[in-house]
Amino acid sequence: MSLIFAAAAEAAHAADAAHHTDWWGVISTIGTLISMSAGLFFVLAGTIGVLRLPDFYTRLHAAGMTDTLGAELILLALIFQADNLQMVLKLLLVAFFLFVTSPTATHAVAHAAYRAGLKPLLGPYRAPDIEEDAS
Amino acid sequence: MSPLMGYFMLGSAFLLIISMALMLMRLIGGPTLYDRLLAVNSFGTKTVLFLCVFCFIIGRPDGVDIALLYALMNFIATIAVLKFFNYRALDVGLMQRDETRRGDPS
Repeated sequence: MSLIFAAAAEAAHAADAAHHTDWWGVISTIGTLISMSAGLFFVLAGTIGVLRLPDFYTRLHAAGMTDTLGAELILLALIFQADNLQMVLKLLLVAFFLFVTSPTATHAVAHAAYRAGLKPLLGPYRAPDIEEDAS
Repeated sequence: MSPLMGYFMLGSAFLLIISMALMLMRLIGGPTLYDRLLAVNSFGTKTVLFLCVFCFIIGRPDGVDIALLYALMNFIATIAVLKFFNYRALDVGLMQRDETRRGDPS
């Protein structure tokens, strides 16, 4: 948090030297710091979840959810730092492809594991069977 | 980019490398095939993010094209490996009709 204030103060000081306040510089710096920190938090939380959770499906949940959100946040932080339109468009393209392909790959892995007969680790509370639900 | 922002980018790239190394532990010691496949997929996503951050650090934005290529190739590799371990072959249709497979409602 102190790093955010220090960077914002630095950007404001650099703008004061030119006798007008560079509001876009301040906003982009703060946006980059907050978005990159949140993205790194989600990516590291997903990694720790993949390492520590007991079951394949719970690990898949941790990795799939957090990778999508963390990747989008980190790419948003880089878009704040980009200086020309071509760079912004390339990063938006990367973000779009990650946004489409990451949940699709997660779904494909989960479906293949279920089709192959990998049983989830069940606790005392469980979902009803598919046959009971249909009748 | 100011020097403070450069250090921040360097620290975030370092955290991404730590995350990739931890994901490599799950890749090596995963109990089933699907754990390893999940780890490969997540590792590829983190590789794309690290490439984007690294291109900003070294100041050459051309590498985002390589990151884009990695993002597409990672998805196709995951689907191809899944298909191979499902059908033991790669030249079959993904939507083939099979009456004996599990979960078929008809």
